[in-house]
Amino acid sequence: MSTNNKEIRIGFYICHCGTNIAGVVDVDKIREFIAKKDNVVVSRNYKYMCSDPGQELIQKDIQEHRLNRIVVASCSPLLHEKTFRNTLEKAGLNPFYLQMVNVREHVAWVHSDNEKATEKAKALCNAAINRVRYNKPLEKKRVPFHQDVLIIGGGIAGIHSALILASAGKKVYLVEKKPTIGGHMAMFDKTFPTLDCAACILTPKMSAIKENKNVVLWTNSEVIKVEGYVGNFKVTIKRNPRYVREDLCIGCGQCIESCSYKEAKYPDEFNLGLSKRKPIYIPFPQAIPNSAIIDDKTCIHFKMGKCKQMCLSACERNAIDFNQKEELREIQVGAIIVATGFKIYDPQKEPEYGYGVYPNVYTSLEVERLINASGPTAGEVILRDGTKPKSIGIIHCIGSRSEKANKWCSRVCCMYSLKLAYLLKKHTHAEIYNFYIDMRTPGKMYEEFYDRLLMERVHFIRGKVAEVTDISLVKEEEGKLILRVEDTLASVIRRIPVDMVVLSVGLEPSEDTQKLAHILNIGLSAEGFFQERHPKLAPVSTFSEGIFIAGCCQGPKDIPDTVAQAGASAAEAMAMIDAGYFEIEPITAHVLDEFCSGCKSCINICPYSAISYDESKKKVFVNETLCKGCGTCSATCPSGVMKQNLFEDDQILNEIEGLLVYE
Amino acid sequence: MKYFYYPGCSLRGMGKAYEESWLKVCQKIGIHLEEIEDWNCCGSTTYLGFDEIKSLVLVSRNLAMLEKEGGSEVITPCIACYYLFNRTNHNLRDYPQLKTETNKMLQEVGLTYSGNVKVRHPLDVLVNDGWMEKISQNIEKRLERFKAVCYYGCQLLRPYCEFDNPKNPKNMDILVSLTGVDVLDYPLKTKCCGAIITSNIPEKGLELVYVLLKEARKRKADFIVVTCPLCQFNLEFQQEKIMKVYEEDVGLPILYYTQVLGLAMGISLKELGITRCLTLTPEFERSLI
Amino acid sequence: MAQELPNKSVIYERQLDVNFADLMQSMPGGENLRRCIQCGTCSATCPFSHVMDYTPRKIIYLIREGFKEEVMSSFTPWLCASCFSCRVRCPKEIKITDLMYLIKREAIKNNHYPPKTPIVSLTKESVKMIHKNGRISEGYLMGIVLLKVSFLKLLRMSGLGLKMLLTGRFPLIPEKIKRHGELKKILAFSNKK
Repeated sequence: MSTNNKEIRIGFYICHCGTNIAGVVDVDKIREFIAKKDNVVVSRNYKYMCSDPGQELIQKDIQEHRLNRIVVASCSPLLHEKTFRNTLEKAGLNPFYLQMVNVREHVAWVHSDNEKATEKAKALCNAAINRVRYNKPLEKKRVPFHQDVLIIGGGIAGIHSALILASAGKKVYLVEKKPTIGGHMAMFDKTFPTLDCAACILTPKMSAIKENKNVVLWTNSEVIKVEGYVGNFKVTIKRNPRYVREDLCIGCGQCIESCSYKEAKYPDEFNLGLSKRKPIYIPFPQAIPNSAIIDDKTCIHFKMGKCKQMCLSACERNAIDFNQKEELREIQVGAIIVATGFKIYDPQKEPEYGYGVYPNVYTSLEVERLINASGPTAGEVILRDGTKPKSIGIIHCIGSRSEKANKWCSRVCCMYSLKLAYLLKKHTHAEIYNFYIDMRTPGKMYEEFYDRLLMERVHFIRGKVAEVTDISLVKEEEGKLILRVEDTLASVIRRIPVDMVVLSVGLEPSEDTQKLAHILNIGLSAEGFFQERHPKLAPVSTFSEGIFIAGCCQGPKDIPDTVAQAGASAAEAMAMIDAGYFEIEPITAHVLDEFCSGCKSCINICPYSAISYDESKKKVFVNETLCKGCGTCSATCPSGVMKQNLFEDDQILNEIEGLLVYE
Repeated sequence: MKYFYYPGCSLRGMGKAYEESWLKVCQKIGIHLEEIEDWNCCGSTTYLGFDEIKSLVLVSRNLAMLEKEGGSEVITPCIACYYLFNRTNHNLRDYPQLKTETNKMLQEVGLTYSGNVKVRHPLDVLVNDGWMEKISQNIEKRLERFKAVCYYGCQLLRPYCEFDNPKNPKNMDILVSLTGVDVLDYPLKTKCCGAIITSNIPEKGLELVYVLLKEARKRKADFIVVTCPLCQFNLEFQQEKIMKVYEEDVGLPILYYTQVLGLAMGISLKELGITRCLTLTPEFERSLI
Repeated sequence: MAQELPNKSVIYERQLDVNFADLMQSMPGGENLRRCIQCGTCSATCPFSHVMDYTPRKIIYLIREGFKEEVMSSFTPWLCASCFSCRVRCPKEIKITDLMYLIKREAIKNNHYPPKTPIVSLTKESVKMIHKNGRISEGYLMGIVLLKVSFLKLLRMSGLGLKMLLTGRFPLIPEKIKRHGELKKILAFSNKK
C-alpha cells in the first residue's frame, strides 16, 4: 500500500476541550498544518468533539466526503475512544479506522510553554495521520457469559451483593474465610449516626443468606486459584474442615457443654480475646451458619490424639465428624465480586500509646465488644483490671494520616469515635475526652450527630496525644493513665488523667489482599487496597473485566457507602450476565501460520496463558478470548511472525517516522 | 583489636570519669584505641544554631584526618559527638551541594572527606562486635547486691540510632546485667533530661530530672546508669535543689555504664573516676568496695 | 490601678512576611514544613513545650503564615534541648529540631533574638571558644555565660563550680588543639565567600 494511495481519504479533527487544550495548544495552527498533508480531505477544529454536534460533524463528513480514515486529537483514548469508534460505526465505517491523539493529558495538561506544546502536538498528530493509513478493519468477537457469580468475603458488602443477585434469580457462591459471615459489622454495637443496633439490622440479612436457595454459602473457605476470563472463570476453592457437619448441626450447644475442657481457655476471636472459648465453639449467638466448629489447634483430640470425645456422644444428631478433610471445589462463574474488607491498624507499632503494656488501653474495636450486650462483659463497661472507668480518653487518628504509619485518613474513625463517646457516656457516665486533629463528619446527618455530642458534655480537645504513661506528677494522677497533649486551640500543654484509653485505630488492607490480587490478577493502589478502574467513573470495576470490588477492600468507608458499592457491583455484574455474551476487543495477537517455526518462545512469556502449541501442526496458536493484547509475544517472536492487530509493524514504524519527521 | 577513637571535649572536662573508666575497661578486655591526632570539637548542637556549613566542616576535619590514616570507623563515647557525626554524614549525603562546599573548605589544608566513616558508640561496639564474652571473662566480683536502672537519654537514640531499638533500647541493660546488677524496667529510659537547658536555666527543667530520679527511686534502684557526660552532670548537680523544692528525698548516685563494668572487673574507684562523683555519699562508697 | 486592656489589634497582611516560609523551606532541614497538619504531637512530646512562649507546633504555623517578628523574638528555639522527640514522632516527617536551628541561625546572623537569653550567650561564647581554641572547656564556658547573663547567678553557682574544680572536672588549663592555624584557615575560607 502506498502512502499516496488516492483511495485513502482522511478526516482530521482537533478538539478544544473548552480551554483545556485550546488554552495551551494553538489548534488553528494544527488544523492548517494537517490540512496540507497527503490524503487529508477534511481538517477541522471544534470546541467539544465528544459532544453530539461534534460527533455529527464527523458522521456528516464521512458521508459527504467519503472519508475512510479518521484521526481525532483530543483527550486520552481511555475516555473517548469508545465514543468515536461508535461514531465511525454509525456512519458505516469500520471503527478501527479511527486513530486518537492524546493532546490533552500528554500535551496541554503537562506543558506550560504554549509554543513548544503546539510543536509537540504537531508531531503527535502527524504521527497519527501517518499511521492511520495502515489501519485495517477489525471485527469484535462475542463469547458466551456464564450466569453464576462468585462473591469473595461475607461481610456486609458480600452479603448485600449476594442478596441482590440472588433475588434477581442468579446463582451466587458466597465464600468466607472465617467460620461465620457477618464480618466486622457483626462485631459492632451500634451504628452511626442513627445509633441503631448493628446486629438488629445485619442479622436478618445474614439469615436471608442462609435461607436463599440461590446462594451457596461456603464458610471456612478460601479462593486459591482463578483461571479463565470474563464470562468464563474457573475458580478453585479450598474448604477447610469444620469437623462439624453444617447440614446436621442445629447449634444447640450440647457439644460445647460436654467438651473435656470444663472451662473456656482460649482467646475468643470474635470478642478479640476479651473473653475465652473452648476448642469447640459457636463464634456468636447469631452466627451463620449457626453451627459449631472445632479448632484443631486447641482440641485435645487433634493435639494429643487421645480425648474421651465427649462432644461426639453429646451430639444427638451425630453432626461431629473428626475425619473431615480439607476439600477442593471447582466452580464456573461469569463474574467475581471481591468484598474482603479491611483489618485494623496494630497500635503496638506505636509503643508510645501503651497498647499491650497498660491493660486499660483498648482499641476501638475492642470497645465495640465491651459495650455490646452479647460481648464479654454482657454490655457492662468493666475494664481488664475489674474496675469501672470514671474518665475515658479517646485518641483519634491512631495509625492514620502519618508518613510513619498509614498516610490516608481512614474516614470512619471520627464518626465511630463520636459514637463510642456517646455510648460510653451512656454506659458509664464517665468524663469523656475526645482528642482529634481535624473533626471529619461529611455524611448525611453526621454533622448533626457531632452537634448532639457537643451537647452531651463530651470534651473535644484539638491535639494529638503524644504518649500514654502511668507516671504521675501530682496526686490526682496516681493510679491513672496520663495523657500528655497540646491543646492546640488553647495553645497550652495539658496532662489529663484517665482510667481508660480508647485508641481510634485506622483501617488498612486485610491480610490476604496482596495474595488475592495476584490470584485474581487485579491491581493494588499505592496504599495496598484494590485498585478501582477509575476513581470517579468506574469505582467498583477493576482492570480485569468481570471482576468487581466492593466495600473496604477498595479503601476505608462507612457502612452506607459499603452497601452502595455492594449494590453497584451486583448491578454491574448483572448487566454483563444479562447481556448473555461479552464482546472482546479484536486487539489480539495472531500467528502467521506458515512461517511459525514452533520454537515456543512466546508460550512461557505470555502473562495470560493465551498461547498453546499444536502438536500436529508443530506450530503455536493464540486463544483470542484469553489474549489481552499486551504485545509481549510479538516483541519476543524471533521470526517476527507473531502479529498483533492494530499494532502491526508498518503501523508502528510509520507512526514513529511521523513523529520524527513532521514538517 | 584496634579502633579509631574520638573522645570529644566533654570527656576531657566534666565527663573525665567517663573516659577514665572507658579506657580502663578497654585495656582490660583488649580493645586498642587510636585517638584521632589533634582532633577538634564537633561543635555540638549548640554550634548548629550558628552555622550549618561550618558545623559540617568542624566534624569533617576530624573524619577526614581519620580517613587519611586509613580508618573507616570511629568510636565516640559522647552522645552529642555521636549525633553530630551522624548528622554530618547524613547531611553530606542528602545535600550534595553541602558536601561540595565542605570539601572545598577542607581542601584549603589538603583534606577531603567522603562522608562515609561509620560512627560507632561503645554500646554498639561492645555488644555487636562480640566483646561481651571478654567482659564476662574479666568479671571478678559480681554486683548482685545492686539494683539499677539504665538511662539512655536522647541523642544516642534520636534520630540516628541503627544499632538498637530507639524506642526501647536494650544494649546498656544487657551490658550492665553482665555484672550481676539487677537491671530494672525503666520506661523513662529514652526521655530527655534537658541538660543543655537546665544547666543554663536551672529553674525551667527541674521537673524533668525530678521525675527521672523519683521513678528510679520508686523502682528501688540503688543508682542510675548513664551513657552521656551531660546527663551524668545534670542528674547529679540538680539533686540538692530538687530535694529542697519538692521536699522529697530522691537522691541517687549517677554512674557511667563503663564505671559499673569496671567495678565488676575489680578496678578501683579512683581509677574509674567514681571519686569524681558529686553524689558519692560515704555509705554508697563503702557499699561499692 | 485599673488593669489596662491588652495591646492587641487586627493583623494586616502587610505586617506579615510572605517570603519567610519560603526562606525557611529552602534551607536544609526546612523542606517539609508546609506539610504540617497542626496535630501538636511535637508539642505534646516536647519536654520543654510547657515553658515556651509558642509551642513548636505554633512556631511552624507562624512560619508558614509569615509571622516573622513573632518567630524571631520567640524564646522557643532557644529552649529546644535538641532531644529529637518531636523529630522522630512528627507524622509528616518535619525536621522540627533542624527548623529550630534554622531560626537560631537567622537570629544570630541578624542579631534578632529575645534579650538576656542564656542560650544565645552560650551559643555565641561556645562558637568563639571553638574558633579560638578548637575545643570547648565546659567550666570556662559556663563561667563566661553566667557572667554575661547575670553576675548574681555566677555567684550563686560558684559553689558548684568549686566542687567541679575539686573533682577535677573543670580543668584549670583550657584545652587547645595543636594545629590551630589549620582550623582557622578552613573556617576563614567560608567567610571569604
